[in-house]
Amino acid sequence: MISLSGDIENAKGICQKKINSNDVTYGTSTLKRGFAHMLKNGVVMDVTSVEQAHIAEDAGAVAVMVLDKLPSDVRKIGGVARTASIKIINEIMDTVTIPVMAKCRIGHVYEARVLEKANVDMVDESEVLTPANENHHIWKWDFTTPFVNGCRSLSEALRRIEEGSSMIRTKGEPGTGNIVEAVRHINKVNYDLSMLKSIKNYGDESILIKLARDFQISYDILKKTAQLGRLPVVNFAAGGISTPADAGYLMSLGCDGIFVGSGIFKSSDAKERANAIVLAATFWDDINKVYEAQNLVDEKESMLGIDIQELELKMQDRGKN
Amino acid sequence: MSNLNIGVLSIQGDVHENILAVKKSLQKLGYSGTVCSINHEYQLSNLDGLIIPGGESTTIAKLSMKRYLFKTLYDKINNGMPVFGICAGLILLSKHVNDKNIGKTNQIHMDLLDVEVERNYFGRQQYSFESDVEIILHNPTKIKGIFIRAPSIKKAGKNVQILSKLNDSIIAVRQNNILATSFHPELTHDIKLYEYFLSMLKKINSK
Repeated sequence: MISLSGDIENAKGICQKKINSNDVTYGTSTLKRGFAHMLKNGVVMDVTSVEQAHIAEDAGAVAVMVLDKLPSDVRKIGGVARTASIKIINEIMDTVTIPVMAKCRIGHVYEARVLEKANVDMVDESEVLTPANENHHIWKWDFTTPFVNGCRSLSEALRRIEEGSSMIRTKGEPGTGNIVEAVRHINKVNYDLSMLKSIKNYGDESILIKLARDFQISYDILKKTAQLGRLPVVNFAAGGISTPADAGYLMSLGCDGIFVGSGIFKSSDAKERANAIVLAATFWDDINKVYEAQNLVDEKESMLGIDIQELELKMQDRGKN
Repeated sequence: MSNLNIGVLSIQGDVHENILAVKKSLQKLGYSGTVCSINHEYQLSNLDGLIIPGGESTTIAKLSMKRYLFKTLYDKINNGMPVFGICAGLILLSKHVNDKNIGKTNQIHMDLLDVEVERNYFGRQQYSFESDVEIILHNPTKIKGIFIRAPSIKKAGKNVQILSKLNDSIIAVRQNNILATSFHPELTHDIKLYEYFLSMLKKINSK
């Protein structure tokens, strides 16, 4: 059974059709959130080419995320980062059997529309790209295709879910090879959830109503989340993951799966590392397997990380409202 | 057979929801039993039945090999252990697998269920759908089918009983100890399929 807290039943993204004598419905929350459920305990890999998509699929990735540039290159090159070329997205969709996702700019309804038209399996409304609308995220209930969004706290996650997001990931700090921010964000979500549960157990509804105001979300979704004791959608870790041990550690903090951005294809041992990170994420609760995975990679080949203090651009600050 | 020991293959995918659905069904039927997630070869030895959940079939197959689960699973199922394959689980159990878009792939599968499966038959995620489906369990009944990038069975061998069809597609089958669907019962409230699997499992295990 799937949790539907915050669901909007008459959303525009839902469409009905009659095929022969059967009524068929597309784009419901069950279908969108259910898709994310099928990715659980898996690794989604950022790719920029068909070759990289092949490496990801062969390694056992559950999906690929198509970008024009890997996050660390976005950081290095600067300028405006936009959605990937449709041509490359199509080429990748024609060569791998696993789901294909792509990123659009925060608030950029038309980039998202174009990606939906291209038939990608999920859209990531991502802070890695340059935001297009600083005040509003996309109203994702209007889409049949599901969305994933980043968050740094429970309030941010629930705001995105109320806008129709079907999957949440930590923002972390993309393209740094540094997991400190992803760890901070998942810890914050977990801390917020335990606070929420104790408020619920305390039984004073007025505190919950005030919290909903602070969080800028409806009382309804907050209450349902409190009852559930967890996010109503699947929650992945993202931002800075570059080694098998990174993946294992974040899974152990309660993440449902892992997004790896620059970590794989900015290393010099991409193929081995892709295999190793999948192995560690899948069997994270078995230290022998994580050890085996970590042994498949060489730290000398890891991408060079960046200390968070030295960053000029903090991507996680984008689209926080 | 007093206490049933049911496993959910826990490599990747929708494991938790299947565990909950089995628990609920055990309770409803009044069977005593336990459900556990399985990701080690040694855990397979005491099982009375197994669910292979939805997820990414390529990932589940590849990672099962890393734990040497695949061969043992094959032997157990071949020797009659009841198994319920959902979506990716159906693909893993099948004899012939193709991809709608790409055709022949190097998908690893078990060659046990005599059907020809086409992966991603209904299209990409946008075309994932819900629909009421008629299914023959103990009696003909109606359930909600949740199809997520679902496969379809194009052909079924003569020992395969077709439980449900949607237009031209076969979407649920049974072959002796193997039950398989291309849709996801674990995402709905309806546990009829789990009840059917448990009663099938009880019958097979009491033989």
